[in-house]
Amino acid sequence: MSKSLNQIVLPVAGGTALALSAALLFANMDYGQKKIGALEQRVEQISLQAETANRRADDEAAAVSDLKEKIAEIQAAAEERAARGGDLTERAPESGDKFGLGRTAKPEEVAAWDVDVLPDGRGLPEGKGDAYWGEEVFAEKCASCHGDFAEGVDNWPVLAGGFDTLGDKDPVKTVGSYWPYLSTVFDYVHRSMPFGEAQTLTADETYAIVAYILYSNDLVDDDFELSHENFAAFEMYNRDGFVIDDRPALEYAKWRAEPCMESCKPSVEITMRATFLDVTPEDGGESVMNHATADDTPTFVAAAPSAGTDEVAAEDAPSVAASASLDPVLVASGEKVFKKCGACHAVGAGAKNKSGPHLNGLFGRQMGSVDGFKYSKVFVAAQEQGRVWDEVALAEFLAKPRSYMKGTKMAFSGLRKQDDLDAITAYLKSVGE
Amino acid sequence: MDAKTGTSRRSFLKGSVAIAGASVAGAASASEADPLITDVQDWASITGAGVDETPYGMPISFEKDVVRRNVEWLTASPISSINFTPIHALDGTITPQGCAFERHHSGAIELRKEDYRLMINGLVDNPLVFHYADLERFPRENHVYFCECAANTGMEWAGAQLNGAQFTHGMIHNMEYTGVPLRTLLNEAGLAAAGELKDKWVYVEGADASSNGRSIPMEKALDDVLVAFKANGEALRMEHGYPVRLVVPGWEGNMWVKWLRRIEVTDMAVESREETSKYTDVYEDGTARKWTWVMDAKSVITSPSPQMPIAHGKGPLVISGLAWSGHGKITRVDVSRDGGISWETARLGKQGDTKALTRFYLDIDWDGNPMLLQSRAMDETGYVQPTKEQLRAMRGENAVYHNNCIQTWFVDENGVAENVEVS
Ligand code: HEC
Ligand code: HEC
Repeated sequence: MSKSLNQIVLPVAGGTALALSAALLFANMDYGQKKIGALEQRVEQISLQAETANRRADDEAAAVSDLKEKIAEIQAAAEERAARGGDLTERAPESGDKFGLGRTAKPEEVAAWDVDVLPDGRGLPEGKGDAYWGEEVFAEKCASCHGDFAEGVDNWPVLAGGFDTLGDKDPVKTVGSYWPYLSTVFDYVHRSMPFGEAQTLTADETYAIVAYILYSNDLVDDDFELSHENFAAFEMYNRDGFVIDDRPALEYAKWRAEPCMESCKPSVEITMRATFLDVTPEDGGESVMNHATADDTPTFVAAAPSAGTDEVAAEDAPSVAASASLDPVLVASGEKVFKKCGACHAVGAGAKNKSGPHLNGLFGRQMGSVDGFKYSKVFVAAQEQGRVWDEVALAEFLAKPRSYMKGTKMAFSGLRKQDDLDAITAYLKSVGE
Repeated sequence: MDAKTGTSRRSFLKGSVAIAGASVAGAASASEADPLITDVQDWASITGAGVDETPYGMPISFEKDVVRRNVEWLTASPISSINFTPIHALDGTITPQGCAFERHHSGAIELRKEDYRLMINGLVDNPLVFHYADLERFPRENHVYFCECAANTGMEWAGAQLNGAQFTHGMIHNMEYTGVPLRTLLNEAGLAAAGELKDKWVYVEGADASSNGRSIPMEKALDDVLVAFKANGEALRMEHGYPVRLVVPGWEGNMWVKWLRRIEVTDMAVESREETSKYTDVYEDGTARKWTWVMDAKSVITSPSPQMPIAHGKGPLVISGLAWSGHGKITRVDVSRDGGISWETARLGKQGDTKALTRFYLDIDWDGNPMLLQSRAMDETGYVQPTKEQLRAMRGENAVYHNNCIQTWFVDENGVAENVEVS
């Protein structure tokens, strides 16, 4: 490093001097006496310049030796660090000054994004809504997943009930039984729900829905009106149910000790086995399960969340009903694609409505026509117009559900790939009536 | 149910065939020359794939089983759900992005760099908006960190449940991040307006439909939190928050907000849904711990494990696993072959980085007897990974989150492994 600096910088200075003497020689030979005066002046100028150049060369040499010193310093510091076992990585430099990147956020931009609500109510928009109206909005926008009474459909979250179960074996943690702050309910519903259509609720609708959720938890009467004014006064049932992380005092103090290495316990016995293969996904690849059968498992029953039994039956049935004219490979890959739908739709023998209607015998079926299913307005309208599901309609719907059926409550972003659309079509054709 | 038991028998049969196959091959190799060596193979004669065939490669088809998997019944919809890293099939410590677990609350979104905006507001001197390109002009750092979902191993509180390291411990990945320290961005906006920083918070939020907001104490925000845009050298994958995510070293994965769009300096925790309804740990008496951010030291043997049976019979066996701690470096891992009666110290693949996965190995000569395999991690604070018993005595069985118990695999004389609990 220091060497190459010598070689590069110093020859440049030497080169300047050489070029100057060549210029002098040239002048003496080629020009007559008359011009000598003028030339002498020029020479003077040039030698002046030469002097400056020399001075500059000196300066440069000084700078080089300065640099050398600096390099030596850095190398010494690095060696010292290396000797200490350290390395040359450093934190990203911080400057007292700003980098001057980014631009000032405009007030309306901050207002658009900064909608979070603090526990003391700061951040709430102005507005109000009562539980009556909230019930209506909830039925329209939330009940398909959370149930008419916020009790939860299938595996979707339960929002009401579960009081005094927190100490039980399977606590039911709901807005009513568990959530410590009302601000969280407003903030979350306003910002993240309805699932698949977030950030569409108005402030008033949100107040009304929150009032209704409180009502469905028996925390207020049905004429209760919630507003930005009475919001902060409301205290949640489980507000004192939380302690700040106390692992440092309770656990770390105990568990930071030299562990036992020999004869740590007298004997060891298997007390429980995960032979409950029904909780282990089947497509575990080339995995080898243990050879226990369901019969020789201990008395323990796997506490799988309520994946309804009808769902299992519905999923197993279709492959039997596969029609001969369909490409079995396509049907099989369609069955995989259907996993994206299975949370909301069932197919096959005994399929019931879930948060979406069952999809048996779909092709040729009128849109929005399954008995006992509460469709959105756009589907009701389609049914009234006598529109019928065919391959083209399904493909267009599934590619972009919400632009094909404006206002549908099917919270699904769509199937992007043509292959998936073909496969799901084949699969849905293959399933029985 | 019946159908599923049938599957288990089928899979077991498949397994025993594989093992029998291995021993047959072993016998053949003793008597006659191996045709794979003596015969000229196609690949040794015909040419292979050209350099113009795969501008960006996927793993070779033979590795198609090394993929993320999900457990359907865990959640109502795959759009708000989780899948698991195939840790049983990986080695070393870096998780390839393509098979690193995902957890979204409203699905993974496609957000172009051009459309990306990051806002810093709240108690700052000057609220700022950055474009993606701005972020690449701040001095940046490289760090390897693990990201573990607080619910990793959460199914196992009530007993041995899921049969595979992928499912019991796969909500974790470990990547090398490139990003700008959060403190650099906070300084750019100026923290004078925040006054005393000790009791201040930084609230972070994503651009997706769930917006998944979390409050982080200022002390952590100014320490090692990164605003990251690259992982393992390349752009973040969509499912990991492209183009920008937050990296909160050693702390629960839910705080690592993806598609990061806003950072707000506040004077109290927001107490968002993800830090009250979720990611709080209910104890036996019904009270819950909140703000349980740090992931305590933990380890698991990845092979052998239920998805990775011993296929070669007796003799040399590599027992391999992963250890990590949100409190710093892993200093030691012990392995037990007898369910915790006696322990031997494993070899570390390389000295662990702080808050990153560390690989450990125990190289043994397996005598073919059944084993109860366990591993036990220790970190630089002297913390020793607890047993399930210790955890349950302290917290009960309903905490859901932060289960860092010692895991046991029962390996039978055929080398088949199973998730069990021991006394
Ligand atoms: C398409 C189904 C669907 C609809 C419709 C829906 N939600 Fe949800 N809701 C969900 C899912 C899924 C979650 C969990 C999201 C997650 O995992 O982050 C959830 C979570 C919630 C939670 C938090 C539950 C908890 O215990 O943490 C509340 C509160 C909630 N929804 C309220 C509503 C309200 C109010 C509406 C109507 C405005 C609504 N939801 C509409 C699916 C839905
Ligand atoms: C999050 C839940 C959800 C998911 C996921 C979902 N759907 Fe739906 N689907 C619904 C709901 C709810 C409706 C009723 C729509 C309405 O009333 O607006 C519906 C309606 C439909 C209909 C119209 C049925 C009729 O009777 O007219 C079809 C067809 C359909 N879905 C197919 C699918 C397919 C195929 C998939 C997977 C690729 C899928 N859906 C994924 C919830 C879902």
